[in-house]
Amino acid sequence: MDSLIEFFSFSDPNIRYVVAGSVLLAASAAIVGSFTFLKKKALSGDAVAHSVLPGVCLAFILSGTKNPFYLVLGAFATGWLSLVFIDNIVARSKIKEDTATGLILSVFFGVGILLLTAIQHSGNAAQSGLDQFLFGKAASLVGSDLIVFSSISVILIASVILFFKEFTLIAFDENFAKAIGFPVRGLELLLTTLTVLAVVIGIQAVGVVLMAAMLITPAAAARFWTDKLRVMVILAAFIGAFSGICGAYISYIAPAMPTGPWIVMVLSILAIGSFFLAPRKGIMSRYLLQRKNQNQILEENLLKLFYKMGEKDQDYLKERSLKSIQEKRPYSFRKIKRGLQRLLQQGFLERKKDKWQLTLAGKSKGQRVVKLHRLWELYLTEKMNIAPDHVHDDAETIEHIITPEIERKLEKKLGYPKTDPHQSDIPY
Amino acid sequence: MNAFWIILTGSLVAVTCGLLGCYLILRKMAMVGDAISHAVLPGIVLAFLFTGSRDSVPMLIGAGAIGVFTTFLIEFFHRRGGLQTDASIGVTFTWLFALGIILISVFAGKVDLDQDCVLYGEIAYVPIDLWITKSGFIMGPQAVYILSLVFILVLSFILFGYKELYLTTFDPAFAAAIGISTSLWHYMLMGAVSLTTVASFESVGAILVVALLIANPATAYLLTENFKKMLSLSALLGVFTSILGYFLATLIDGSIAGAMSTVAGIFFLLAFLFSPKEGVIYKSFLKRSNIKLAKTQMVKNEK
Repeated sequence: MDSLIEFFSFSDPNIRYVVAGSVLLAASAAIVGSFTFLKKKALSGDAVAHSVLPGVCLAFILSGTKNPFYLVLGAFATGWLSLVFIDNIVARSKIKEDTATGLILSVFFGVGILLLTAIQHSGNAAQSGLDQFLFGKAASLVGSDLIVFSSISVILIASVILFFKEFTLIAFDENFAKAIGFPVRGLELLLTTLTVLAVVIGIQAVGVVLMAAMLITPAAAARFWTDKLRVMVILAAFIGAFSGICGAYISYIAPAMPTGPWIVMVLSILAIGSFFLAPRKGIMSRYLLQRKNQNQILEENLLKLFYKMGEKDQDYLKERSLKSIQEKRPYSFRKIKRGLQRLLQQGFLERKKDKWQLTLAGKSKGQRVVKLHRLWELYLTEKMNIAPDHVHDDAETIEHIITPEIERKLEKKLGYPKTDPHQSDIPY
Repeated sequence: MNAFWIILTGSLVAVTCGLLGCYLILRKMAMVGDAISHAVLPGIVLAFLFTGSRDSVPMLIGAGAIGVFTTFLIEFFHRRGGLQTDASIGVTFTWLFALGIILISVFAGKVDLDQDCVLYGEIAYVPIDLWITKSGFIMGPQAVYILSLVFILVLSFILFGYKELYLTTFDPAFAAAIGISTSLWHYMLMGAVSLTTVASFESVGAILVVALLIANPATAYLLTENFKKMLSLSALLGVFTSILGYFLATLIDGSIAGAMSTVAGIFFLLAFLFSPKEGVIYKSFLKRSNIKLAKTQMVKNEK
């Protein structure tokens, strides 16, 4: 508990630097990443992240110092170059985008590793710490780093706010943007530049490999909670920032723990949690909705069956055995039993020993389904000119969906008809 | 002698990866290969904890299973969650890779793996880790045996499953129609890729194995339109990559795996520029001569 208070009082300047650095880096990466995510170019961030390594090494070889300004400049140059290469390979050969991305990221990274190891073996004492670009050094950020990173973050966030409308448009409908005269190429260039900048400063925190997560994961998580872009971008920034704080805290209480991987771990847990639990879009709620629909369809089909059998025997409340139901509708016994049990609980059926009987509520519900089915068949034949022998399957699915309002409109439009195209009565 | 063992190890890795990579790039799954190579890390760490060695068959299988699980997870988020594929790949592999790094830090004392080795391997140490029989006879580096085993497995997988792999790659609908299970062969291929990345991990690390999976097949793809030729060309390029990579690395005293990927990248650049049919230079020459031809035609027509 003491460590928690000590950490969040931010009295130690080191903690302040680390937290401020992690939050800024994570949030700005998340904001820019939201747009690359929506453009379905999430993995190009991965390519840039790997491709900055040779730039860092070259900058070091040429300048001989670890001045963050030179290193960022070098990183920016090769990171940018990698995207140019990918675009050119895709445009000028039969190589597909995914192959080009994988190729460029691994080859650039390979060149970077070759240079890095060569520098390390050269015995140059100034090189120590250069390999922090590989895994990041969020835990050892100092004041001078922070000035460089925070100014870049401010530029990033300001540009996104300034060009929010334009970026939205090229993310969703590039052709429309072109048609109304937006400088699409220029905007894409700007977005690419921002992505590279976000990567260049982000790898300081989490390193080359995990940088992709800083761009993609917050956006992917936020996407599950909202359909509004503005909300999504802000949410992504918060998810990024929160993970940044968590990562910094974890490596504070357990110094052996690496900050970057923990930031990514927290991000991933939030994202995977969102994938499963988010309302409407989440896997769980999709599954539940699907099951609910399946149950509803099963129940309505059974009631319809009872009604139609009753119609044939002129006795709607006759008791039916499980076997007679299965003869009409080849469901498995288990499925039928499950449906009957649910209908019993809802009061639409009654159980008489091993036979089943409609209640009055059940009869009217079954009647409605039959009515909707026949109305729809009639609508398709009369208004859409579809042959009577082609309308059954369509009606079989739509009968579960039609709302009372549409039902009334159908009745009115068809003039309260007596029979359907197959001369069966439409019950009212 | 060390040079021989290193080049042999490098060739085995490059050839095995090159063969599988041909399928990956044609199935537009290059980035899935990338994801698998990162995501096997936690599997390697866990298997290492349980079996205590890097070169054991249970470890290969255990870590390989994580690779297949990764592809399953990517599919799951994509199909069930409606997440777009690129994001699904990105989220999954970074998560598993982060998990691997965290596990390495937690068990730092017990696992003989460091973060640098994870990234680019240590092929130079391969000749040190010898397999010595009980009678004291030196059989050569252990890694060579493990990699040869994986190479033979992959080669026989491709030879015996050639027709099925070919069909599911080029015409999955037809393959399904004649009763070949596309998902079975998909997961078998992913299993082979996982196994190969795990086996190559020690020599070239998690990321550079991607260069060997993708670069040489992409080069071969630009040089031929015949799939069998593409496979053998990609394997041949693998051997050259290993030899030239070794000499480049000794020349500038750097990582051998890094040099191998550099060489593979240079091969690709050469093919991209000078390939007889697909090269940029030939294409621009063709374009120019076509324009010339069209112009002379127009002049003739005017006359």
